[in-house]
Amino acid sequence: MDNAATTPVREEVAEAMRPYFSSRFGNPSSIYRIACESRDVIESSRETVAKAIGADADEIFFTSGGTESDNWALQGVARANAKKGSHIITSAIEHHAILHTARYLEKQGFPVTYLPVDNEGRLDPGAVEDAVTDTTTLISIMTANNEIGTIQQVQKIGSIAHDHGIPFHTDAVQAAGHIPLSVHDDAIDLLSLSAHKFNGPKGMGVLYIRTGTKIDNLLFGGGQEKKRRAGTENLPGIVGLATALDIAVRDQEKESGEIRKLRDRLIAGLLETVPYSRLNGHPTERLPGNVNISFEFVEGESILLLLDQEGICASTGSACSSGSHDPSHVLLAIGLPHALAHGSLRLTLGHGNTEKDVDTVLEAVPGIVEKLRDISPLYPGKEK
Amino acid sequence: MYSEKVMDHFTNPRNVGEIEDPDGVGEVGNPVCGDIMKIYLCIRDDVIVDVKFQTFGCGAAIASSSMATELIKGKTIEEAWAITNEAVVTALDGLPPEKVHCSLLAEEGIHKAINNYRIRNNLPPLPEEKRNDEDPTPAVDQR
Ligand SMILES: Cc1ncc(COP(=O)(O)O)c(C=O)c1O
Ligand code: FES
Repeated sequence: MDNAATTPVREEVAEAMRPYFSSRFGNPSSIYRIACESRDVIESSRETVAKAIGADADEIFFTSGGTESDNWALQGVARANAKKGSHIITSAIEHHAILHTARYLEKQGFPVTYLPVDNEGRLDPGAVEDAVTDTTTLISIMTANNEIGTIQQVQKIGSIAHDHGIPFHTDAVQAAGHIPLSVHDDAIDLLSLSAHKFNGPKGMGVLYIRTGTKIDNLLFGGGQEKKRRAGTENLPGIVGLATALDIAVRDQEKESGEIRKLRDRLIAGLLETVPYSRLNGHPTERLPGNVNISFEFVEGESILLLLDQEGICASTGSACSSGSHDPSHVLLAIGLPHALAHGSLRLTLGHGNTEKDVDTVLEAVPGIVEKLRDISPLYPGKEK
Repeated sequence: MYSEKVMDHFTNPRNVGEIEDPDGVGEVGNPVCGDIMKIYLCIRDDVIVDVKFQTFGCGAAIASSSMATELIKGKTIEEAWAITNEAVVTALDGLPPEKVHCSLLAEEGIHKAINNYRIRNNLPPLPEEKRNDEDPTPAVDQR
């Protein structure tokens, strides 16, 4: 139940990829016939991806994953517009692929505004408008958050950006394949996605770049991807990404409906059976598979260890499991005190999860939390 | 990630709880991640005859607390004072490098509790060494 971290490659996807490891191995840049075939399959994959997000095929660029797409969008747009201005607007709850890139750019002399979110993790589009200055050259706000699942009002933010003539990037890594996306309707100029979050292969991503958007290259070398992203194409990866996205979008309505039901039963069940617990993130505007709950008086890593013994994989925003000094920046940004951020548990449902999985968690968690509370010096005792 | 000993002490921690009217109590926080350990001592003729703990923290913190209480039970105050976090780590068959700081909680808890006992008995507190500033390993980001 840690589908937000990564998902297994679907059998159909692996099947579609297989020939491109062996018999169809041609380097798309060569001139042999086998190479032509490789080029064709890349172009048809590009069209599949374009269709899934409402873009044109020549606006789709294959990358090595969400991290590269985010790096490219931020660094590329910032540099290409450096003459015009240097200010970047983003949010406090972005993935580190955005935040650490933004911090790097700050050191290079690009001022960055990190907009706060409310206690459900939502950004006020009005705050974006207020943050815009004459020198703003990029607005980057994630579509949906990887920890708390909160979905932003992307369309409103996009149209504000467009009113000011500023390019709008969104990190849709957690959203793609799981909720409907349209770069056209949502006024998106750049969008990152990553295959391993929708049952595709790891190390494979896309950056959508609207035609006419000024952006420098991130990687230099050969002339692949219309001279904009150097490096021999990852043929099996491209086929895998496109096949996985195609299936995810095809089944989205049905799957997300089912997963949402599991999610809501899990949330309601946990809040009901465990005293001193609270839901993190937005109650309705959240990813279909995301559950994030804080349990007071206990620490997340120890919950994970005990869950693991029951065969349940999960994640936490606790400092103890991050290996860093601090609990999750996302949980702190929604105003959780350190102790509650410490006691957070993230369960993310995906393709293949069942009612039975929900039952297993609902059976395991209350006892685990109770056991840890019995050891905790903070626990005031069972509810009277 | 953890040794069998750590998992054993984490899943079945020894000496959990509180002592009513303890002879010494120590509460310490781990500034690195904000975890808390509370230790209670029952002391007769300079010997720790009973010890209990409560810990809010990760698996390593709970296991270290449990092991530390085992190590000091039945020992003289002097012997207990000399038990270092390294000794706790060794007794646990090791901890991952980024989790070694968690065992400091146990060492400092013992020192705090012993000094609390000394103060109650009008003895000067022993100097406590602050060693919590060690930097843990670099951050691993959540995905
Ligand atoms: C919101 C978000 N952005 C970016 C990434 C990075 O993607 P990748 O693992 O493909 O580099 C992730 C996941 O790790 C993510 O959840
Ligand atoms: S007590 Fe926090 S990492 Fe061990």
